[in-house]
Amino acid sequence: MSFDIALWLVQDGVTNGAIYALLALAMLLVFAVTRVIFVPQGEFISYAALSLALLQAGRLPGVVYVLVGGGLVAAALDIALALREKAPARLPRIVALYVLVPCVMAALAWWAAPRSVGLPLQVLIVLGLVVPLGPILYRVAYQPLASASVLVLFIISMAAHYALTGLGLVFFGGEGLRSEAFSDARFKLAVLDITAQSLWVVGASFVLMFALRLFFEKTFYGKALRATAVNRIGARLVGIPAELSGSLSFLLAAFIGAVSGILISPITTIYYDTGFLIGLKGFVGAIVGGMGSYPLAVAGSIGIGLLEAFSSFWASAFKETIVFTIIIPVLLWRSLRSRHIEDEEE
Amino acid sequence: MNALLEVDDLRVYYGKVEGLHRASLRVPEGSIVTVIGPNGAGKTTLLGAIMGLLPSAGSARYAGADLAGTKTEARVGLGLSLVPERRELFGEMSVEDNLRLGAFHRFRKRGVDLESELTAIYARFPRLEERRAQLAATLSGGERQMLALGRALMARPRLLLLDEPSLGLAPRIVRDIFRIITELKKTGVSILLVEQNARAALQVADYGYVLETGEIVLEGEAAGLASNPRVIETYLGLAGKVIAT
Repeated sequence: MSFDIALWLVQDGVTNGAIYALLALAMLLVFAVTRVIFVPQGEFISYAALSLALLQAGRLPGVVYVLVGGGLVAAALDIALALREKAPARLPRIVALYVLVPCVMAALAWWAAPRSVGLPLQVLIVLGLVVPLGPILYRVAYQPLASASVLVLFIISMAAHYALTGLGLVFFGGEGLRSEAFSDARFKLAVLDITAQSLWVVGASFVLMFALRLFFEKTFYGKALRATAVNRIGARLVGIPAELSGSLSFLLAAFIGAVSGILISPITTIYYDTGFLIGLKGFVGAIVGGMGSYPLAVAGSIGIGLLEAFSSFWASAFKETIVFTIIIPVLLWRSLRSRHIEDEEE
Repeated sequence: MNALLEVDDLRVYYGKVEGLHRASLRVPEGSIVTVIGPNGAGKTTLLGAIMGLLPSAGSARYAGADLAGTKTEARVGLGLSLVPERRELFGEMSVEDNLRLGAFHRFRKRGVDLESELTAIYARFPRLEERRAQLAATLSGGERQMLALGRALMARPRLLLLDEPSLGLAPRIVRDIFRIITELKKTGVSILLVEQNARAALQVADYGYVLETGEIVLEGEAAGLASNPRVIETYLGLAGKVIAT
């Protein structure tokens, strides 16, 4: 292998690794706050990537139906609960969040689809379509069983993953799509030929990580979310509602998933089920980082990206096998070395 | 007149095991009521059920309203605040963040001046001010108890539930804690105090209950209980000293 091939692989690895790192962070956040292994993360990637490509092709992304439909289900559940608890004061807020926001976003997408509104607005519309799906998913699938065991929550995750993949197939179809590059610029750096897109990916990932850090350290709601992750009983005792932190963590995870999807959509062709594999690699990154430490998860994910790049060079047929097999030695090493932690049951 | 907290026939089951068997008690507004009893009598279970952390049968009424179906988080909003035996602090966060989060349920309401309330808490617990930037996990046992109390007070409770506030603390700090409890009563906070340290608890309390194996076996004015031969023998005598340490 020559030096410039190695450099090229490093560039590729770091670009993908940055995406995995984002996904790993979302995975850790959701797990720490809600104990949910967030398997459906990948669907947010696919939905966002496909929506962007469709908007650019001048078509209305089918995700609007998922959004409006899911919003109606979530609203119905919350309205039933509010009526049962005799709290009609909550109704306007429920309708605004779960009915009005999805409808406005859908209308905006419908308006924008046939027009060339430009990349920044398209990205905003895609975020507006995909991100609200996070809290809606939490409300519909997880909140009714929020205090169940980790295993039950995991099974819910699998079900949500299959349901969302199926909906993806129904509303996006089976064809793969790729969106236009944010910019066609390339930069020569010594022997390295850097594409603007990979700079976008790495740059946006790190800006987002930094923003998340600020959110968790400086804002009251960020601190409340961290507090829930650190001590769930303590959080309830100071009056932080479990539904609020659950909803908020899913909102952030959906945002991260959607941003990842938007960033990679010009790099790879995305099908309705592509996101799962990408999300899974973020999960591997989180596991390599010990499912607890954010910096280690970022390092682990970038390691996964590099491993993937180099194995696709040396043994491209076994690329995925190598990446997923790495979990076994990592888990062995961690379980031999760490003290035994029981599955948390409350 | 109705008491601030009225608990009637409260029962808690752990699976099929009954952790609490028909407990009834009253906490009148502005008073300190203590529940004493040996380890494993169900004292923590009682507080957990009042706070809504454990599912229970029977009735618990607060300020005249039934608490059934009200979640723990909402009970905090009503003015109930628990300082649990295990403290349940946010260990990886700073002392000051722990205190601020204590006021979470009031944060969304307008006109809450967190800064002046923080100052008031620091005035009551000067040690916390010295340690304000430190992580809660690095505090000593006494400081952790102070922080747990301070965090509960940031919620502006009308009824404070204290679970073994003196557990595992040095005698000097235990004295501090009980001094603070009496001071809090003067500010109008009602307190339900669960303690193994029966001697100290009966000294500060107005009224007391004795809980044994999930059942209230004795109740009365705190002074009366302190002179009750059975209480003296079991909780205040030599055997009592062993339990209390």
